[in-house]
Amino acid sequence: MPRLALLSLLTAAALLGVATPFRDACAEVTFVRITPEQYQRSIHDIFGPSIGIDANSVEPGFRDQGLLAVGARRLTLTPAGLERDAALAQQIAEQVTDSRRRKTLIPCQPAASDAPDAACTTKFVRKAGLLLFRRPLTDAEVRGYVATADNSVKVMHDFNAGIAAALLQMLVAPDFLFRMEYSNPDPSDPTKSQLDAYSRASRLSFFIWDSAPDAELLAAAQSGKLLEAEGVREQVERLLGSPRVEDGLRAFFTDMLSFSAFATLTKDTNIFPKFTKNVEEDAREQTLKTIVDHLLFKNRDYKDLFTTRDTFLTPSLAAVYNVPLRRSQELGGAVPWVPYAFPEGDPHVGLLTQVSFVAVNSHPGTTSPTLRGKALRENLLCQTVPPPPANVDFSLVQDASNPNLKTVRQRLSAHRSAPTCAGCHKITDPVGLALENFDSAGVYRTAENGAEIDTTGEFNGKKFDNIVQLSQIIRDDPGTTSCLIKRAYAYGTARAPTRTETTWLAGLQKSMTAVKWRELIRRLTASPDFFMVPAPAREEQRVALQH
Amino acid sequence: MKITEKLSRRSVLSGLLNGAAVTVALPVLECMLNTNGTAFAATGAALPPCFGTWFWGLGLAVGEWEPTQAGKNYELREHLACLEPVKSKINLFSGMQVFLDGKVNQNHYSGAQGQATGMVSKNGSDYTTSIDAIIGNRIGKGTRFRSLEVACDGDRQASWSARGANGLNPSEISPLALYTRIFGPEFVDPNAADFRPDPAVMVRHSVLSAVTEQRKELMTQVSASDRTRLDEYFSSLRDIEQQVGIQLERPAPLPACSIPERIEEDSKGTLSDEIGKTHRLFAKLLVHALSCGQTRVFNVSMGSGFSRMRRAGDPLTYHVLSHEEPIDPKAGYQPRCKWLAEQYMSFFAELVGMLDAVKEGEGTLLDRSVVHAFTDHGEARLHSMKRYPVFTAGSGGGRLKTGYHIAAEGDTATRVGFTVQQALGVVSGSWGTESNRATKVFSELLA
Repeated sequence: MPRLALLSLLTAAALLGVATPFRDACAEVTFVRITPEQYQRSIHDIFGPSIGIDANSVEPGFRDQGLLAVGARRLTLTPAGLERDAALAQQIAEQVTDSRRRKTLIPCQPAASDAPDAACTTKFVRKAGLLLFRRPLTDAEVRGYVATADNSVKVMHDFNAGIAAALLQMLVAPDFLFRMEYSNPDPSDPTKSQLDAYSRASRLSFFIWDSAPDAELLAAAQSGKLLEAEGVREQVERLLGSPRVEDGLRAFFTDMLSFSAFATLTKDTNIFPKFTKNVEEDAREQTLKTIVDHLLFKNRDYKDLFTTRDTFLTPSLAAVYNVPLRRSQELGGAVPWVPYAFPEGDPHVGLLTQVSFVAVNSHPGTTSPTLRGKALRENLLCQTVPPPPANVDFSLVQDASNPNLKTVRQRLSAHRSAPTCAGCHKITDPVGLALENFDSAGVYRTAENGAEIDTTGEFNGKKFDNIVQLSQIIRDDPGTTSCLIKRAYAYGTARAPTRTETTWLAGLQKSMTAVKWRELIRRLTASPDFFMVPAPAREEQRVALQH
Repeated sequence: MKITEKLSRRSVLSGLLNGAAVTVALPVLECMLNTNGTAFAATGAALPPCFGTWFWGLGLAVGEWEPTQAGKNYELREHLACLEPVKSKINLFSGMQVFLDGKVNQNHYSGAQGQATGMVSKNGSDYTTSIDAIIGNRIGKGTRFRSLEVACDGDRQASWSARGANGLNPSEISPLALYTRIFGPEFVDPNAADFRPDPAVMVRHSVLSAVTEQRKELMTQVSASDRTRLDEYFSSLRDIEQQVGIQLERPAPLPACSIPERIEEDSKGTLSDEIGKTHRLFAKLLVHALSCGQTRVFNVSMGSGFSRMRRAGDPLTYHVLSHEEPIDPKAGYQPRCKWLAEQYMSFFAELVGMLDAVKEGEGTLLDRSVVHAFTDHGEARLHSMKRYPVFTAGSGGGRLKTGYHIAAEGDTATRVGFTVQQALGVVSGSWGTESNRATKVFSELLA
């Protein structure tokens, strides 16, 4: 029996003594679809990590405000997605009630193994329901799940089949598959609503741990502590003190850096024999490891991620970066990751030169300064690059065999001479061209088609010669931290900040000389509006304005 | 053949779940096909029509495919030569447009969106019910899967199918996974001699029904915009409920149904050969799924409009080539792009051929189906919204004539979708919005 799961179920049991009404009669509900990772983590937290779950989702996400987390508020479950969830739920229910696990996961022994036992079923339903729905079940809900179980026992002549049926019903319920956010009108401002205590617990937990609230957080909700600033602060400190904060950090950057693009990444292995499936997976992990080490373990400033030379490599990545790698004996053969620092003067500096950035934002066989520039502007600086106009004649850039247009820079500058294209390419290309020293697979190079690569350019009026200098400029640009702060807030609340909040966030940025992850979370969750739900009408108005 | 009155499945189940003997077989609808296999003998009704969409990116080589004659006796040009074997069973539409009405042309998106939904949105976040869902509401009810979506280049998001405004139906990208979904343990062979509903399936069905019953309470608490989203969830849930429920009924025998061989190895990759292989495996599964009554609606996407297909040895993807390959001054087109477009066309011909190879009495599965094939741009090189090639294949059970080239210069491309909808019995006076609103069918095609 996994200790954590047992603990969760036992502690949860302690919460069930008092039947607290958790929602007001005028409560409003909004909801956000949970991600496959959150699904998996919740199940593992509740029933133990030995439960086998295939976390690959079939549902495409939708990006809003640069984040899938915000888009999740606009999504539902399609028939194909729900079909898969129902199949998954069936597998989980079978595993929870199998002979190996049921002794520990079902908190009582039924009177008979082939007949209903409403008392025992009720215990299970209340406990599992609290953790799965992240709130206590109402008495009517409990009666419904117990009825499902009892009816199934009558058909299957097996008490455990009844538990499995009740669990299946919970696992396909909207209350589990979506984060239901219950809110009550704010007595001090009728245009706003405020999340109830349980929904606050979920918001904190999904933000900081990327998982459902644990029993202690639910207890804080039950006691009403989460309705007070001090109680929130206390729980935020506790969540930040847990190693699970790494899950939350990884989930946030996976979203912000658009790592969903890895799902469809392909490279031509005839041209880039080093770019194997391993490299692809390692490249993603390299960046996440670098970020976790920098922001959590070393507690450094976010800005320095753009200039840091510290990273982690595997043998297959070392081949792409063309550096000798001595396998660390201490880490053991099974863990190929080795800390590595690129020497001073090396062109590999910060996140932008990592394979995860340069290779993902390229074509399978060629680089794309435009895609790279767009990714930098949109993902890391929160700017919007408009889509290319229609009816553009690319004949100027079409002739790759033109002896005067050997490099991408030359071909793109010919393309930019068309006035309809110039506006946007001026935004994307100069920064993208600074990365031309890295080919489509992320391998360093100095020439393209025999011509020397020119990486000079200008960003916000500041000239640079190469990516090392540009990375320094990006590091020092206020847009870099303001983007992180904005994205983190939108991610935590799963919605776009309102105007008032945007002003508040700008003030926050000014007050933070160094942006450190834990401190940022403390400050964001202490925002007066972190648990606020804007009135729907106002929300719609705001969306309309953006379009 | 005695026809047993069909009892409500739910009433039988609730009886069972209240402790009645579970070995009692459910009453069945004992329909049998007529001797030709083209209709249910019990009712005399023809086998129901099927509908599919087939999307490919980047159009065709402009000026190379448009037939010189219109009407029935046109000749296919060299660019479309691979369609010759199925020519009499398809229609080809040329000269069609998707209108932007002043909105930004979202390249590789707006044109396909217009044809799939009848609407072109201001940005990529607005989508609405697609043609397959509209037709599915008419013809697809009562099957195990309301529709099946596949994409052949590994991109799950390559889909134009949506039941509403809150998310595209994701595409299956693995033929192996699709095989298991359709023909795995939950498949009920319509021609099997024995039929006994599985009690475990009954329990699952009743569990799903119980979730549905939560709907009313939740719906009263959510805001108007969330309500449609929640409603879509519950409508998905009803689909799954029905999918499970169908396993509890004895299916009507379908002589043309056969179970395909198990797929042992998955197919993936973006080289043209790999995409072709993935498409072939998917096409085979879909054809079997249709002939076995598992679904009546499918959506095949070759990939997104930004086609990632490549010819082996060529470092550039089709999409990159569409913008960067020079026009051959002698030939007057982009030769590498033209070759890639022909690969797509040969895949389409293959699907149509496979549908036509399933004999159902005197006709074929294709004869009772309509496949609507569309693309994202008329001339991809320029992101042009004019001169779209559009195809239909099959005659929807004799409702649509085939073998025609319709030269519809400047006409809205939604007219094809509207015509197909009318042919398949959708009752509406128009389809689409603004300039993409089609009000007239191609009456020369309606039988």
